[in-house]
This record gives sequence, C-alpha cells and structure tokens, in this order.
Amino acid sequence: MALSKRHPAALFAVLAVALGTTGAAYAAVNAQTAPKVVAKTETQVEQGKQLFLEGCSSCHGLAAQGASDGPSLLGVGAASVDFQVGTGRMPLAAPGVQAMPKMPSYNEEETAALAAYIATLGAGPGIPTAEMLDTTNAELALGGELFRTNCAQCHGASGVGGALSEGRKAPSLMDSNAKRLYEAMVSGPQSMPVFADSTLSVEDKKNIIAYVTELQANKSPGGFSLGRQGPVTEGLFIFIVGLGVLIVAAVWIGAKAK
Amino acid sequence: MSTTEESIQAPAHAAPTTKGGAVGYYIDDRLASANFTKRLVDKVFPDHWSFMLGEVALYSFIILLLSGTYLTLFFNPSMTEVIYNGSYVPLKGVKMSEAYSSTLAISFDVRGGLLMRQIHHWAALFFTAAVSVHLLRVFFTGAFRKPREINWVIGTLLLVLALLEGFSGYSLPDDLLSGTGLRIAQGIIQAIPLVGTYVAMFLFGGEFPGTDIMPRLYSIHILLIPGILLALITVHLIMVFYQKHTQFPGPGRTESNVVGFRLFPIYMAKAGGFFFVVFGITVLIAALVTINPVWLYGPYTPSQVTAGSQPDWYIGWLDGAVRLMPNLESVVFGYTLSWNILVPALVIPGIMFTALGLYPWIEAWATGDRREHHLLDRPRNAPTRTGLGVMALTFYMILVISGGNDIIASAFNLSINQITWGFRFLLFILPPLAFVLTKRICLGLQRRDNNKLLHGYETGRILRLPSGEFIEIHEPIGEAEKAKLLAKADVVPMALPSAVDENGVRNPKAAKSIARAKLSQWFYSDVIPTPTDEEMRAAAEHAAHELHEAESHLKEISQH
Repeated sequence: MALSKRHPAALFAVLAVALGTTGAAYAAVNAQTAPKVVAKTETQVEQGKQLFLEGCSSCHGLAAQGASDGPSLLGVGAASVDFQVGTGRMPLAAPGVQAMPKMPSYNEEETAALAAYIATLGAGPGIPTAEMLDTTNAELALGGELFRTNCAQCHGASGVGGALSEGRKAPSLMDSNAKRLYEAMVSGPQSMPVFADSTLSVEDKKNIIAYVTELQANKSPGGFSLGRQGPVTEGLFIFIVGLGVLIVAAVWIGAKAK
Repeated sequence: MSTTEESIQAPAHAAPTTKGGAVGYYIDDRLASANFTKRLVDKVFPDHWSFMLGEVALYSFIILLLSGTYLTLFFNPSMTEVIYNGSYVPLKGVKMSEAYSSTLAISFDVRGGLLMRQIHHWAALFFTAAVSVHLLRVFFTGAFRKPREINWVIGTLLLVLALLEGFSGYSLPDDLLSGTGLRIAQGIIQAIPLVGTYVAMFLFGGEFPGTDIMPRLYSIHILLIPGILLALITVHLIMVFYQKHTQFPGPGRTESNVVGFRLFPIYMAKAGGFFFVVFGITVLIAALVTINPVWLYGPYTPSQVTAGSQPDWYIGWLDGAVRLMPNLESVVFGYTLSWNILVPALVIPGIMFTALGLYPWIEAWATGDRREHHLLDRPRNAPTRTGLGVMALTFYMILVISGGNDIIASAFNLSINQITWGFRFLLFILPPLAFVLTKRICLGLQRRDNNKLLHGYETGRILRLPSGEFIEIHEPIGEAEKAKLLAKADVVPMALPSAVDENGVRNPKAAKSIARAKLSQWFYSDVIPTPTDEEMRAAAEHAAHELHEAESHLKEISQH
C-alpha cells in the first residue's frame, strides 16, 4: 500500500500545512476588515484625547470633569461636541456670557476625534444620522406650529434671533443647516434648553427643521425684507428714507416756485 | 313763539356772453357759490418747505382712506376658527381666525392685495410720522400762539386719534404680533385702578381674547375713528383757512398781511403736484419694501410669543416706557396696584398729552404775552420754548429707543439689562442737559444774527495792514436777510410786583403774581436785544470808516 509507505510524520506535516495555509489566509483576509476597524476607533479616541488634553483641558479639566472655567463634559454626547466645535463656538474666542461662532479651529477629522473621545466618557446624544435629518416627508405647517410654540420666543417667529438677559442671545437661524439645528435641539447649547426625544420626537424635530429651512428659503414676497427685524426697522425706514425723500421733494417744490 | 323773517335774494347778473359763462351762471344760480369760490381761489398761502409737512399728513390720510376701502372688500374681521387652505404653503392646515386667514388671502390670493396692504401700512407710518413732525414745526415756530390755540388742541386730538387708529389697525390681522399687542393693551386697561378689570371685560366681551374684540376693533378702525379724524381734519383746515396761514418773517411780511401765492393756480398746482409726489413715493416704497409680513408671524395663540415683539414706531415710546419702568406693585386693601404698568402706560402719556394740549396757555400765562401772532418765531429767537421742546423731544426719543432695547442688544452684542439701566438714568439726565445746551445754542445764534446786522457777513477776504495787523473785510447783508433778522420781537419780562401794598402792608395775594413774574423773567432770561437803529448806524459808520482806511492803504500799496 502506498499509504503505508508514507512517513508516519507525513500526516502531521499535511495537517500543519493545511492549518497554516487556512490560518494565514484567514489572517490575510481579516487584516483588511475587523482588526483595522478596531485599530481606527482606538486611534481616533486616542487622537481625540490628545487633542482634548492639548486644547480643551485647561478649562474643562484633564478628565473633562469640569473646572472653574468650563463645565463638565461627561455625558454631553457627540452631538454637543460636533455643534460647539464644528461651528467654531469652542474653543471660545474670548471668555464671556455668549460663545460666538467663528471659523472652526479644528478640521472635520479632528472634530470627529474630539466627539468620539467625549462620547466614550458618558452616554449622550450622538451626531444625527442622514436618516434622522431626512425631511422629505416632514409636515411643514406642523413644524411651524412647533417652531412658534417652542422656538419663536427666543429666536423670533421669523428665525432671525433675539436678545436674552445679561448679554446672552438666541442667534439667527438663517445660516444653520439641518444637522446643526438637530444637534442644537438635542444638546441645548448655552442658554438653550435641551429638547430630548421625549419632549420633541425625532419626527417633530424633522418638522421643525423643515419649517426653518422654509423660512431660510422664503423669498420675501413683499419686497426687501429689512432684515425681518419687525416694526423697529420699518419705523427707521419710514423716517430716514420715506420722510427724508418727501422733505427733499418739499424743498425742491419750494425752490421751483421761486 | 315768534318767527323771524329772512329775505331770499337771487344772485343778480347780466346775460351770459359765452358758453362758459352760461355754465357758470347756471351753477351760481343754484349754489350761489361764485363769491365763495372767488374768495377760495384768491386765498394767499405763504411758502416754506416746512409748511408742507401738514400736507404730507393730509395726503397720507387720503391714501389711507383709499387703500383701506379696498382692504375692507376682502377682510373679514371674524374670530371664527377656520383651517387655512390658501396659497401660502407653510401655513396650510393650520387653525386660525377668519381675520388672519382673510389677511393671508389679501396677501397671496387677492389681485393687488399685498401691494394694497403694504400701501396701507406704509401710509399709516407716513401719516403718524408726518403728523408728529408737523407738530414739531408748529411748536418750534410758535404757530400755536393766539389766535390759533384752539387749532393746536384739535391738532393734539388728531395726534391721539392717529395713534389709536394706528394701533387698532395693527391689531386687526390677528397675527402673533398684533395679538401680543392687544394682550398688552388689555393689561394696560386692567391696570386702571378700581374700574380697570370691568372696562377690560366690557371691551373684550369677557376674558381675553374672546371673539368680540375683532369686530369691535373693526368698527372702531374703519368707521368711528376715521369719521372723527375726517371731521377734525376738516375743522383743522377750515380754521387755517379763516385764520390765515402764519408766515416766517421777511421783507414786506407783517403781522397784518400774508405774502405768498394765490391758491389758484400756483398753490393748487404745487399742492396737487405734491399730492402725487407723496402718493408716488408711498406706492414705490410699498412695492419695493415689505412691511408687516404677517405670514411669518403665524396666527395669534395666547400661548405663543415671538422675540422682537414690537409695536409700530408711534406706539414705541409707550412700549419703551413700560420696558424702563421698575417692577413695582403694591397691594391696597387686598387689591393689586400695578405701578409698573399704570405709571408708564397711563400716567406718563396722560401728563405728556395734557401738557402738550395746554402748552399755548401755559406759555401765554408764563410770559404774559396776550398779543396776536401771525409772524412765526425763528426757533432761536424763542430760546426757552425751543429748549423746552428739545427737552421733551429728548425724553420722548429715549422712550422710543428703549422700546427697541432688545433689537439694540442683539444687533450690537450688548446686555439688555445694562442698556435698560443706562436708559433709566439717561431719561432723567439727558433732557435737562438738552434744555441747557439748546438754549445756549439759540442764544449763540442770536448773537451771530446781531453780529451780522451790525458788522455784516464775513467775506473771507483777509487784509494785512502796513502795521502788520490782519483784518477781515465784512460786507453788509442783503435787505431780505436784514428784514428777517430785524423781525425778532423784543420781549419784556413782567415786572416783579411789590410784596407789600400801597400802605406798606404785606399783600398775601401778591405771592401768585410774584411767582408768575419770576416765571416770566425765567422764560425771557438772557434775552439778547436786537440792535437799535442808533447802534446799527454807528456800526455802519465804523464799517465804512474801516473799509475806507483799508482802501486807502490798498491805494498806497499799488502806487508804490
């Protein structure tokens, strides 16, 4: 028998080769997927932590536990970080009652890293997915009702913003995109209350976003909008332009008579 | 009862010679209007651009009547709830009153509706602005003095009615802003002691907002107040017609004549043309600039409010007063007295309008001036009045600005609390300061006028004398300007009466006249007399001498 002629170790050799091959193949295939993902998240969080320690910890504390100059970030969630850092409000341009938006100090990758790091410190609202921002089936009129009930008292019925106490203010919503609006609602930046899903469902948030987007697109059918600031700018206009032009006309008619 | 007899006289005239004459006689036979029309078209009106401010008010009132009539054809002042199903998509399916939905229909579904709405609203702002500026013109030129005090009071009433008319119109669309305004108005009415709550319940037909207020406001807005306005405007104009228009001092203008153009044809052409200018500019603004975009504000619901809720500008000073007032309340016998509303919204306007209406008598009493005045004062020539006016205007302007304190805070990144405290102090600091400064400026301008009369105007030509001295050549001013400057009436303050009577006994009744004389002296204090003829002559001689000297120097120089 040919089999009997084989070396007794041949079986082990074949087994070893077979196992080695499959193992190597498995490792080779796997190297492109699972281990890489694990490695990226880890490095992203690690990168976020580094960025945090360098740029944020002087106010928020080394463990983001909060200090005299900045609040605790434990449990604020990725949405809050994405909003505050992504709009340039954080890091603060200057200490004061109101964090003003500016050109962001971190790029998208760094912002995502910071968000990922803060999200590991405690459960909080995450960055909204594309599905959560999809307003195709939103109810515009209901969004308007919700907006006037929940948002207009600070941001104004036309969304141009308004004053709050002690120098704080509700900013204009005219340049905010859907993602920022959603993040602001779930995270409640600065003076803004948090509108959790138990208060305003994801669907209601979509309705509000649809309404604000409509306000942004509203072409002002009556002509120049005067900044939509209401009767104050209208009054200024009638005195400066309206009465001004008429007085010039009156002087002109008086001069013509002579 | 005895009857009285009146004779009937047909207008006597010869047979007409032309067709036009025949038509004229036909009309005159029936209306006897020839004499009246002749007097009317021959009426002379003086000319100055500031006299046209009242015209702007009149013309915008006509525009308001015309555009308002169009709006009544489509507006439905009903609080019945409907589900909106018009063209404005963002409100489709929203519950609202018929008042609001018909306003939306006017804006989006009625042909020309939005333009008419905007014409109406802009014209309302024009009307109140023109009334206010016209009032300032009449005040600062002293046109309210005898014999025109009654017309001044009518003007004050017209101003109050214009504010009420504007506010009722602002409330009608039943959008979020107008409902918020009505809620504040209801709060103000409730703050009236004793009767406030009853009056509020009576006006609103129950609790706020109820369903009665809209139709009631509508009757008030389109019938009651415009009717009174129209009647008072007519009386206002008839009185101007009969008392004749005042005029600024100038050559040939006296207290007993009016120098200007006849109503027909020149003044009629000017006024008619100006009407079209006002109409044209109003329509132009209404076509280009949006006003009160009610569709953005949404329907009124008592549970909602919007940031930046403001009234139209003419109510802004009352809103500002409420915003500045500290939050004071007291409980008297179990009833709450809301000083925080009562003082800014009722006491302050009450005092301001009363003082405004009574000002002609206050000034006449303080100055003892009982003469008739048909020549206007240049504001500088009545420094105390001008100062008082600027003081009141400063007070008013601080209230107006405070009414927009939230817009200022958010536009300039300021703290609304700090702004409010700042204005609270400025409300008491700035007006007296404005009085003193204005008076000083007026007196300075008077001195400048006297300088012009005495030494002529500065030509800007500088001459260096051989001695090294520099002199500026002055030239005498023209006759027209001289007449204007010389027209300043010299005023004499009342003499201080003696505190004791002829027997040397202290007269207790003298106290009042002493106070009055002191007031008169305060009013006319720092008076700068117009140069006398003698002073003028002396100054002219001096100037001639100086000029002569200078000329002889010049001659010397050119001979060398």
